[in-house]
Amino acid sequence: MATATRLFGSSIKRREDPRFITGKGIYTDDVKLPGTTCAAFVRSPHAHARIKSANVVKAKASPGVVAVFTGRDLANAKVGGLPCGWLLPGIKLPPHPALAVETVRYVGDAVAVVIAESAFAAKDAAEKVEIQYEVLPAVTNGLSAVEKGAPTLHSVAPGNICFTWSIGDKEKTEGAFRGATVVKQHLVNQRLIPNAMEPRASLASYEPVTGDLTLWVTSQNPHVHRLLMAAFVLGIPEHKMRVIAPDVGGGFGSKIFVYPEEVVVTWASKQLGRPVKWTAERRESYMTDAHGRDHITDAEMAFSKDGKIIGLRVKTHANLGAYLSTFAPLIPTYLYGTLLSGLYAIPAIYCEVVGVFTNTTPVDAYRGAGRPEATYLLERLVDLGARALKTDPAEIRRKNFIPADKFPYQTPVALAYDSGNYGPALDRALSMADYRKLRADQERLRREGRYLGIGFSTYIEACGPAPSQVAGALGAQAGLWESAHVRVHPTGKVTIYTGSHSHGQGHETTFTQIGAAELGIPWEDVELVHGDTAAIPFGMGSYGSRSTAVGGSAIVMSLNKIKEKGRKIAAHLLEAAEGDVVFEDGKFFVRGAPSRAKTFQEVALMAYLAHNLPPGLEPGLEATSFFDPPNFTFPFGTHIAVTEVDPETGQVKILRYVAVDDVGRVVNPMIVDGMVHGGIAQGVAQALWESGVYDSSGQLLTGTMMDYALPKADQLPFFETDRTETPSPVNPLGVKGAGETGTIASTAAVANAVMDALAPLGVSHIDLPLTPDRIWRAIRGAKKGGRA
Amino acid sequence: MNRAISVTVNGKTRKHEVEPRLLLVHYLREVLNLTGTHVGCDTSQCGACTVIMNDMAVKSCTILAVQADGSKVLTIEGLAQDGQLHPIQEGFWEEHGLQCGFCTPGMIMQALQMLQRNPKPTDAEIRRGLEGNLCRCTGYHNIVKAIQYAAKKMARK
Repeated sequence: MATATRLFGSSIKRREDPRFITGKGIYTDDVKLPGTTCAAFVRSPHAHARIKSANVVKAKASPGVVAVFTGRDLANAKVGGLPCGWLLPGIKLPPHPALAVETVRYVGDAVAVVIAESAFAAKDAAEKVEIQYEVLPAVTNGLSAVEKGAPTLHSVAPGNICFTWSIGDKEKTEGAFRGATVVKQHLVNQRLIPNAMEPRASLASYEPVTGDLTLWVTSQNPHVHRLLMAAFVLGIPEHKMRVIAPDVGGGFGSKIFVYPEEVVVTWASKQLGRPVKWTAERRESYMTDAHGRDHITDAEMAFSKDGKIIGLRVKTHANLGAYLSTFAPLIPTYLYGTLLSGLYAIPAIYCEVVGVFTNTTPVDAYRGAGRPEATYLLERLVDLGARALKTDPAEIRRKNFIPADKFPYQTPVALAYDSGNYGPALDRALSMADYRKLRADQERLRREGRYLGIGFSTYIEACGPAPSQVAGALGAQAGLWESAHVRVHPTGKVTIYTGSHSHGQGHETTFTQIGAAELGIPWEDVELVHGDTAAIPFGMGSYGSRSTAVGGSAIVMSLNKIKEKGRKIAAHLLEAAEGDVVFEDGKFFVRGAPSRAKTFQEVALMAYLAHNLPPGLEPGLEATSFFDPPNFTFPFGTHIAVTEVDPETGQVKILRYVAVDDVGRVVNPMIVDGMVHGGIAQGVAQALWESGVYDSSGQLLTGTMMDYALPKADQLPFFETDRTETPSPVNPLGVKGAGETGTIASTAAVANAVMDALAPLGVSHIDLPLTPDRIWRAIRGAKKGGRA
Repeated sequence: MNRAISVTVNGKTRKHEVEPRLLLVHYLREVLNLTGTHVGCDTSQCGACTVIMNDMAVKSCTILAVQADGSKVLTIEGLAQDGQLHPIQEGFWEEHGLQCGFCTPGMIMQALQMLQRNPKPTDAEIRRGLEGNLCRCTGYHNIVKAIQYAAKKMARK
């Protein structure tokens, strides 16, 4: 039994693990209901085409088929389009029907659904749906799409421009560039495909007698799913719809959004009066899970003679794909432009972003979401600056850090950093890496014709977007608070209901650690419920590294209310003044007289017996709270990658990876380390391997795990991690986000390490991913004269 | 045109008539309701569906149920004995070798074969041995540690 006092900050083994290691997890596809039918979607093989006709006669006659629906059927039934949850001024909002009606706009765009007695029968029949297309010209690249003569996707968005957005002071920034040392770079932040290991799935069950509808879905935010589907798409009364996100096998952003398939199966279940299930095949995941990144950027950084960054100018074309996914407009704007100060004191920044429609899968939040793009850009430019000014990359960073005594710090791009102390993380990372020795090794190896590279990424992240009022003013169509209901049972056992959701993060462990630590009761006495709209008041879910900072804080608020009520009851029982009763280690006692005490369990029992309560006090012991944080939290840190590049083959080997992060106070260090490892792996993979590629006609060339290079165990090193701890002042726990730091930092660290390795060969920049082919060509190009 | 098969799964002999095109993984999941074996891809890359068939780790999405006729199959549900976790399961728990848990059953079954063939693997050998299993959460760091934990524990037995 873990003792209460040591619970917070303790690496307890995870409570959710026993079911996962024995095969007893229940993921959406594992849920079995009697009479379930299976759905198969008919998808466009073309990137852009007009639907001339849809013939479903043969499909309907196929054995086992229950129903076939097309986009026209959904339109006739007045099924709404998929909504966009973040609106920018002047944004163009083209309709996004769940099944295409007249036009398909990307490969994989769903045009019809077949529902049958088995998955086999549905898939067989789906092949018999006859769609005639008139193929239209397609465009997949974010810059090409805004050129004159490019095919237009949506009549409401001329030139394929969805929005133009800017932040910062343009004139001041232009002034900063006059006479300065300037580094410029054209950067491509390539498209990524999330690849949560569990494919998306949904199972809808409508009960005709009661009118109740239950949807099991791979969701990071079941309440958001329910609200958007009930109010905006299907018109089902919200209170008649229950959404359950059971065990969810990873999300990384891709399971935040409302997708066509879950809308269709939910609607179809109501039409048929039977459960309808759909589980994505992996090729469908590649085609239809919202992709990430895909920026094309021109960026310039101005330095003073003494190496201070004095200006930053950025223009980005952000590829949004064919339609607006749920939070698409937010990612390349308020989660990107606002991060462009990094952890540096940069007096003038201006950033302009053009959001562009193309004939590709919609793009939305993928782990880091906007912040990796900002960090990669900044950290590449700082490195190019260091090279131009012949300064050590660690020192140029240190020189530009916001000093520790300047917090709270207002950046020129809207954010106000609450706290920070950036030097110690850099120092710790340098010492862990043994930086001086590494540089000496690098020199020695270069003389032997070997190319070692040392790359830095000193990064900041903004987690837990907040507060709701500001988010609303900036275009959010939702609040960004979190709820927690804490129910104390008569025996003093506790159930916590959180609106947050765990799909790998380990909430069942960490949130109960918080509860047990605060109440001074055994960890085993606290249970967590998440992922079910029928049990939880409301919730915004998990994304943006917000779970503990926002959801954990809501729990603390409810626990405080329970302690307050408990104190009233205890004071009454102890015949003491309420102000004299203190609560520590699970006991209410009179100050100065610890033996005059009532245990938490005794007080809980009396709350329910109600035989002897203070006059006017209601029986029972439970509390609901909603925490709306006053600000984001701002984790930061220093990552150092050490790579060796083989100049003959272009092969990169990661020799070491050092990460020092500051995520504030830590509830469970083991879990935080695990998230950092996984985050680093995803960011490293962007630097070296992963890339979502379309050909010029809009076919997705990386549509299976055979073609899209996910990292494998033998490509990665062990990660060397440590932490500094600067508590966040914006929440009662002092915690920050920890889920995305690794991904945000590591792409730049590895890219900088490879460029550092290639420096003697005259190569200064290669776009991601840094595949052997690209590196080899860059080396050859540099040899032939002219820098790469 | 269903075919009769008989497969011994986790020690119990099961007899069913199945479609010839039914994959072993779907037989386990849909017919036997053993949903611990997962499907993560269609192309035999991810390894989430790994089970032991006749003492060999196989990807059950690449085997037809009819090919398993007469075989002995061990799935994640059959690994713990008498309520006692197998050392590999224990290793994954102790060393935090999982987050979302979806790849975990396949990882564990693959590790089982790896350690049977090579009871004292180096870290590099473990990483190579996981070539056919993908994890998106852990960066593999703690999976390697979990398998080393199991190797040490199994060596003591």
